[in-house]
Amino acid sequence: MDKFEKLSGVAAPMPLINIDTDMIIPKVFLKTIKRSGLGVNLFDEMRYDDDRAEIPDFVLNKAQYRNAEILVAGDNFGCGSSREHAPWAIKDFGIRCIISTSFADIFYNNCFKNGVLPIILPQEQVDALMKDAEKGSNARIEIDLADQTVTSSDGDVYSFEVDAFKKHCLLNGLDDIGLTMEKVGSIDNYEAQLSSERPWV
Amino acid sequence: MTAPKTLYDKIWDAHVAHTSEDGTCLLYIDRHLVHEVTSPQAFEGLRMANRTVRAPEKTIAVPDHNVPTTLDRAKGIDNEESRIQVESLDKNAKDFGIHYYPVSDVRQGIVHIVGPEQGWTLPGMTVVCGDSHTATHGAFGALAHGIGTSEVEHVLATQTLIQKKSKNMKVEITGQLRPGVTAKDITLSVIGETGTAGGTGYVIEYCGQAIRDLSMEGRMTVCNMAIEGGARAGLIAPDEKTFEYCKGRAHAPKGAAWEAALAYWKTLFSDDGAHFDKVVTIKGEDIAPVVTWGTSPEDVLPITASVPAPSDFDGGKVDAVARSLEYMGLNSGTPLSEVEIDTVFIGSCTNGRIEDLRAAAEILKGKKIKDGMRAMVVPGSGLVRAQAEEEGLADIFLEAGFEWRLAGCSMCLAMNPDQLAPGERCAATSNRNFEGRQGRGGRTHLMSPAMAAAAAVTGKLTDVRELI
Ligand code: SF4
Repeated sequence: MDKFEKLSGVAAPMPLINIDTDMIIPKVFLKTIKRSGLGVNLFDEMRYDDDRAEIPDFVLNKAQYRNAEILVAGDNFGCGSSREHAPWAIKDFGIRCIISTSFADIFYNNCFKNGVLPIILPQEQVDALMKDAEKGSNARIEIDLADQTVTSSDGDVYSFEVDAFKKHCLLNGLDDIGLTMEKVGSIDNYEAQLSSERPWV
Repeated sequence: MTAPKTLYDKIWDAHVAHTSEDGTCLLYIDRHLVHEVTSPQAFEGLRMANRTVRAPEKTIAVPDHNVPTTLDRAKGIDNEESRIQVESLDKNAKDFGIHYYPVSDVRQGIVHIVGPEQGWTLPGMTVVCGDSHTATHGAFGALAHGIGTSEVEHVLATQTLIQKKSKNMKVEITGQLRPGVTAKDITLSVIGETGTAGGTGYVIEYCGQAIRDLSMEGRMTVCNMAIEGGARAGLIAPDEKTFEYCKGRAHAPKGAAWEAALAYWKTLFSDDGAHFDKVVTIKGEDIAPVVTWGTSPEDVLPITASVPAPSDFDGGKVDAVARSLEYMGLNSGTPLSEVEIDTVFIGSCTNGRIEDLRAAAEILKGKKIKDGMRAMVVPGSGLVRAQAEEEGLADIFLEAGFEWRLAGCSMCLAMNPDQLAPGERCAATSNRNFEGRQGRGGRTHLMSPAMAAAAAVTGKLTDVRELI
């Protein structure tokens, strides 16, 4: 997995609540058996019209946000389907960090498995960063995962919380499965106990 | 004496295989369900790292999302990408030696219907699937959650999941439901009350007389939509109905093993005085038949209400409502019972079980659907379909003018050819009304099977109580 340490980038504002994973990547693109190449279809139905022409008003189609690496969004981002295609598409587009007041649970977890950092901040701070993002490509927002801070283009610093284990894995680009395999002894023990206590499982 | 525990606490404690210093746990997984859409990359990951499936005997796969539901599906899948996904699952199931129900098997169906039907899902288990509606299995008192593809790979390789414990929420539905009100109305009403993010960070335990009175099918409908309320899982304590449902199923324990399992299952309830971080209580008598009017499952109102206005809401919801009314093509103030529909979809893991088909058939008996209406019933599994045929339900649907399909997810998410055209408006028994969910530009109103059947007859969103 890719490491995530620091990021300084343009943030795209999406002040919409309940952005669901069907919006992030519509199901027609779930038919792939690969993880890559989904970036062109990120927010597909909002981004292209019926003739596959770009809709100029959509934020990621605007010149200043084409290379956005951060997304600032409304409450409950990533609700709905568990599809990991959503963070795959986000990452493939080039976005490495999403800031919102809240995230849906499965999506939040999926981000960490793919080197994408979801940051939860209080409403006022998300509002301030949303305004900052609206300034366009001159306004760069800085993220420092080790310090757990977001710095706006005006120099305002906001701290965020992140689970220590998830942070550790993301900072070091660690593979979960490899880490769990190191604890295989515990799993063996558990299974031995299981076969005597709940043999029907 | 040990401190009182909730049902969630008990199942959690019984499954922790390892705890790290920071409280992160490895939770042992008893059943892993797999479907064709979220698994190919996980199996590919195993192959690339030279890993195997740790417990193939606890891993069950079935294709459901992409499969055609038309009667001629034995001829194969036209869409190349869909076909490749299903073929990949065929191959992965074979290569890794996991249990498999291929498209041609009468037991094939939606993964969340097949699991309980075959006795894979049992009380007190942990169940995961790369699918958010895994919450369904919570109806058995099993801790069941949806996971992403990386986690699917993790469970395949290690039979565990890296987890931190969620908070406990109790949702109590007291008293009795009024006539015409069903499990679907309960679960939609709860989301209407708590919002789609109200359950975030929680595992919900549903309890109360109205929940106890539900059949296992109804309980599955309630737990199915826990995820739509943002919860990590939904749970209902097992009781005699649960045990009765499980008994004799293909993969349920038999003989002495059954007795041992039963004794354990009877310990699975929240102790008196156990701590819940949040409690929501709703009176069963206060729940009406409901429909959704917007593009979020929290956009719920009784069928007797009218389309709301953005100004009825606060904060970010004001813009969201304006956007969803525009998408839905609805004007504020229009009575919901005047909204005309052109499509009816009865099926999905929320409402594709035998009881759902019975409820819809009850309304349709001796009636015809409105002229020009497109209406389909997609049973949740081949076995549900067979039973409905035996009970004469299929004939009622066909005589009313419904299509009678083969099992699959179908128009719940429209990955197969069953889709809405832009602007088409559907009365659906599924669980999501998101923009484009049932086809680009399609408009979805969620409701119970009985309400959907009533809408098919009148051509409008309809209060089912007028037809019973
Ligand atoms: S029926 Fe719908 S919600 Fe259920 S598993 Fe299939 S696609 Fe998902």
